[in-house]
Amino acid sequence: MTLLTGCWRGEATLPSVTELRTQFEAARSEQWRFSAGDSFEWDSRLLTRLLPIARYCETEQIELDLSALPPAVARLLGLALAVAPAASAAPPRRTLVDRYRAFWRNLFSGTHASVAFVGECTLAFGRFLRGGANTRGIDILWFIQQCGPQALPIVALISVLVGMILAYLGSVQLRQFGAEVYVADLVTIGMVREMAALMTAVIMAGRTGAAYAAQLGAMQANEEIDAITTLGISPIEYLVLPRMLALILVMPLLYLFSVALGLGGGALVAAGLDVNLLQFINSAREAVDLTDIGTGLFKSLAFAVVIAAAGCHAGLLSGRSSSAVGQATTRAVVHAIVYLVVVDAGLNILYNELGI
Amino acid sequence: MAAPHIEVRGVTMAYGRNVVQRDLGFTVGRGDIFVIMGGSGCGKSTLLKHMIGLNRPAAGHILIDGIDLHSATPQELLTLQRSWGITYQRGGLFSDLTLAENVAVPLEQYTDLDDAEIRDIAAYKLALVGLAGFEAYYPSNISGGMQKRAALARAIALDPTLLFFDEPSAGLDPLSSLRLDQLIREISESLGATVVIVTHELASIFSIATNSVFLDAATKTQLDVGPPRQLARSSRHAVVREFLARGELSAGAPVSERSHPS
Ligand SMILES: Nc1ncnc2c1ncn2[C@@H]1O[C@H](COP(=O)(O)OP(=O)(O)OP(=O)(O)O)[C@@H](O)[C@H]1O
Ligand SMILES: [Mg+2]
Repeated sequence: MTLLTGCWRGEATLPSVTELRTQFEAARSEQWRFSAGDSFEWDSRLLTRLLPIARYCETEQIELDLSALPPAVARLLGLALAVAPAASAAPPRRTLVDRYRAFWRNLFSGTHASVAFVGECTLAFGRFLRGGANTRGIDILWFIQQCGPQALPIVALISVLVGMILAYLGSVQLRQFGAEVYVADLVTIGMVREMAALMTAVIMAGRTGAAYAAQLGAMQANEEIDAITTLGISPIEYLVLPRMLALILVMPLLYLFSVALGLGGGALVAAGLDVNLLQFINSAREAVDLTDIGTGLFKSLAFAVVIAAAGCHAGLLSGRSSSAVGQATTRAVVHAIVYLVVVDAGLNILYNELGI
Repeated sequence: MAAPHIEVRGVTMAYGRNVVQRDLGFTVGRGDIFVIMGGSGCGKSTLLKHMIGLNRPAAGHILIDGIDLHSATPQELLTLQRSWGITYQRGGLFSDLTLAENVAVPLEQYTDLDDAEIRDIAAYKLALVGLAGFEAYYPSNISGGMQKRAALARAIALDPTLLFFDEPSAGLDPLSSLRLDQLIREISESLGATVVIVTHELASIFSIATNSVFLDAATKTQLDVGPPRQLARSSRHAVVREFLARGELSAGAPVSERSHPS
């Protein structure tokens, strides 16, 4: 018999389960009996000792007698023992080898999945063009509003600054030859062929791509995507397509907006170099033709697809916990920026080969 | 009678200009199991959020241990909150922690126990709600009813003296739900804890509640306060009697006790 005295609660130091067990085993008693002694106080801490002992007694078929303890103790213990511990409830732990295998598996299945995803989007787009897709026009308008007008301030700010940076950068070199007039050419070509498309894309990757991933990730966590799928609606048509189409429609416009403001920024700097506005406009007009603007527009279209695909794909593949949604958002932005640069490089090589 | 544990005085609750309930007034005694009843959407969860200080009443006061929640100093509030355990209607488990880690959070925050002790307590609390063996699972890998029970295990981690449960037995099978009722009653008896619970389960209302309030969606105010059995028999409002009558029937009470002749 073990007499429990004093404080078995709060943050008191208690004998361990093993100590209690050895006490009984040393006494060789058939029946393990606990009783309450002087000034005995208890709370859940007591039960953390009794629970393993009770389980042990069950397996060893030892009789456990708690009748001399407050009745609530036995009742709580009964509740804790009411459901046997889940036997096969081995936690899904992963060894290093598992992780190594999973890494390669994920790498291949990930690439495969990305390609499949773009393929599915293309098919859905085909159905959309034939008018057979579950895509709501109102959604497209809503997302246009989200990624278009609301992005204007930040795009404006960045574009003006980039235009000014290009002008400063060029003017330092050009001044050595007394060729400040060409600052306009430099800014114009820089903005039209490269910087306007790339900078808006980077902004949109951080702004819209991340938002897409977070929206779809939260919908995944909230079982909304399951609900859509089981209603027989394709999530690609219903969720991905409106987002992607909105971005595809908006990005070229943002590109043109960015070019205009970039030139404005350049003109400001040029004015400081005694190149007046009229001169600036004239040389800007001569520096580029429609083909150059076409190359920039095409880039912005390609970037729109990349950003929307990276964002939506990451969101749809998100896990169901809040940290998984965070990871999906991170993945969306990182993938988008990496692919942006790769696609940009590819297009520049292509343009170079084609001589445009 | 001892001072009440919770006092709700003339409280009006609103979201913006949309009033949810007005003129609520009742007291919850120490050691009571107090049930908030009412139809879906009448404002039960909202009332609970007011009682734990998450929402501010548009009018009136809520006092816990005699302290007004909305004029309490942060220090007083912290002392109060330490003795609370709360479950939310949607669980509110931390999704990137395992069940054992979830239960451990309040213990780590408020006690100096070492890790092994905290692990033991978490294991015991999870066993109490029938989740022994699931310590290392993540919330996303268990069922909805299991999440509810795990959230309850976290709420009782610190042996709180004031518990708020929002529909703890929704989504549970009858047996689990019965054990949950027993657990709630046991906690209330063994630790003398006060329990405020939102539930629709008439069976558990009759088996555990010592007092209750009925909120009405149509009139936007409380219709009646009292022990549910008494309300079922002799509430002034037919709505309340009807709400509770089906429970009496399914609990097997004689038909003659019903308030309306059939
Ligand atoms: N965050 C919120 N903002 C605005 N209105 C809300 C909000 N939450 C709830 N409401 C409104 O308050 C009312 C009461 O909601 P509440 O969640 O308290 O209902 P309930 O009684 O708990 O219902 P149920 O039994 O279905 O859980 C509802 O009519 C709802 O429209
Ligand atoms: Mg509710």
